[in-house]
Amino acid sequence: MKRWCKIVVLAGVGAIHLAVLFAGFVAPYDVAQQNRAVPYAPPGHIHFVDARGKIHLRPLACAVASRPEAPDEYFEDRNECRPVRFLIRGEQYETFGILKSNLHLFGVDAPVKFFLMGTDTYGRDVFSRFLYGGQVSLFAGILATALTLALATILGTMAGYCGKWIDSVIMRGAELFLALPWLYLLFAIRAFLPLSLNTKQAFLLLLTVIAVVGWAGPARLIRAVVLSSRERHYVLAAKLFGASDLYLIRRHILPDTYSIVLTQATLLIPQFILAEVMLSFLGLGIGEPAASWGNMLSTLQQYSVLVSYWWVFLPGLVLVPICFGYSLLASDLT
Amino acid sequence: MRFLARRLAYSVALAIGVSFLSFLFLQLAPGNFFDEMRLNPQISTQTVNQFYKQYGMDRPIFTRYLCWLRSAAKGDWGISFAYNSPVAPLILARSRNTLLLTGTATMLSWMVVLPIGVISAATRRRRPWFDHAASLTTTILLVIPDLLLALGVLWLAVRTHWVPVGGMLSQGSEGTAWGQFKDLTVHLIAPVLVLVIGSCPILFRHVRAAMLEVLDAPYIRAVQAHGISTSRILFRHALPAAAAPLVSLFGLSLGSLLSVSLLVEVVMNWPGLGPLLLESILARDVYVVIGAVMSAAIFLIGGLLVSDLLLFAVDPRIRTEGMA
Repeated sequence: MKRWCKIVVLAGVGAIHLAVLFAGFVAPYDVAQQNRAVPYAPPGHIHFVDARGKIHLRPLACAVASRPEAPDEYFEDRNECRPVRFLIRGEQYETFGILKSNLHLFGVDAPVKFFLMGTDTYGRDVFSRFLYGGQVSLFAGILATALTLALATILGTMAGYCGKWIDSVIMRGAELFLALPWLYLLFAIRAFLPLSLNTKQAFLLLLTVIAVVGWAGPARLIRAVVLSSRERHYVLAAKLFGASDLYLIRRHILPDTYSIVLTQATLLIPQFILAEVMLSFLGLGIGEPAASWGNMLSTLQQYSVLVSYWWVFLPGLVLVPICFGYSLLASDLT
Repeated sequence: MRFLARRLAYSVALAIGVSFLSFLFLQLAPGNFFDEMRLNPQISTQTVNQFYKQYGMDRPIFTRYLCWLRSAAKGDWGISFAYNSPVAPLILARSRNTLLLTGTATMLSWMVVLPIGVISAATRRRRPWFDHAASLTTTILLVIPDLLLALGVLWLAVRTHWVPVGGMLSQGSEGTAWGQFKDLTVHLIAPVLVLVIGSCPILFRHVRAAMLEVLDAPYIRAVQAHGISTSRILFRHALPAAAAPLVSLFGLSLGSLLSVSLLVEVVMNWPGLGPLLLESILARDVYVVIGAVMSAAIFLIGGLLVSDLLLFAVDPRIRTEGMA
């Protein structure tokens, strides 16, 4: 694959991550803001020519309207247009739960609302929900990967370094976890947690559940690396100099596992993002009104929505470039 | 024989371990089926308490696990609170459907992947376009999440009405056996398609890699020098030699296939283990959850066992090791 092509893909995926991280700033509306008058409005267009044929340099957004006799057939009201403004003051939001601000990347003046990716059942802006939902889906994946790799490193190193019964107990445990299809395992562990939770609790629980499910595979790999690096001559030499076990592990053995931990991370992150999406899709993850890519997709389980409104697919389609980006990273690392 | 017995014993131990693990997890659950019953004003507290005792919920975990093991040995697999009946009959019908779906998908995907992988590896030097096209398709399919794939196929099916989706049989299809078979086949198309497309890329990569390794070996050159036809070389000489890693792949790929199948069953309303599992999780019907998880584990462990046995059959090195 061409080098510039890779850079473009990775930059795009990086941009998605950044936009999601600063969702409050990029999103024009709040996650839960409803516009009951316009459910399932299609994605809005921008114009440079107004109703009277005058050309504007600033892009225009037009109001979504429908006739009373056909409330679900939307059209753009070209008489009700407002310019799209950048870096404007709007609703209050919080970034990382501390930074309060009301500065938004873009927005449209009062009566007109601009829906970049259309709206959902309650007329909520899909673009804003997509960004806020990414905070759950992307970061659940990334944090769960960090947690699972920490767990796998501790257990794998213990098994590989200590050997004897500790090794066999940990490895038999790993085999038990690998003897279940992972989605079934995920469900089984999810089953013992309370069903209705508030968003923060649900997020933390999802994280933990996904992390607990995934430790076995990486732990085996790390153990194999530790087993081989334990026998190296420099480790033996350090041991003869009287180095303690902890020092040996920290200074000589763990650095050998870094490369495998890194490759595992790039493989696990997309898998764990998908795990969160699937759980929320099936109603076992993050519940309404909070957004996650999974629960945004779950309306597609109704056939009428599935065939009529293509923009509801968008949070799912974005998973393709994300998976692609991470697989590029993984293939570069190996 | 020793090899066989050892594998069998290991599988049984694994299954028991998994059952204990899932039991442990589920019994740690903070709420249970009867908590929700307690909230219902039409059922008196005494009745609930009586049920609670009747189902043995007041006893410690370990006793309950032993009870469950005994009931599993009897063929009941515990009792469903929601249906007030043994779990086994519920699970059995559903697992049959899951097995039908995944079995068909496995067979079809190997039938698709083997020729493509073999041809792709064999023509890599003389006609590289085939290999390039196949590899590109795989790369594209590999980054499409299964959920999206399932929704996409569902969208296509609902939109075009080419194939029916939802359920296994059309309503009122009590016709002849042949008619029912046709109906079932048509209903299988959409879910099987998702599973096949989902599992093909990884299988293809492994088949291609295994074939490439074998095709570079000197004995293939020797066979070529004897003037034996290409197709005979590929399928008679090269493929059996490449079979060992593929056979173990068969067992390993079963796990992800079952996972995807769970999702597809829920999305496409296939009456398999998936919808039952989801339903019982939402109803807190513990023993049905354990039953569904256990049957998935048994499928996977069984698949691994079968692939071990096949490996024993195709790889003479393991056979001689077993003798020694």
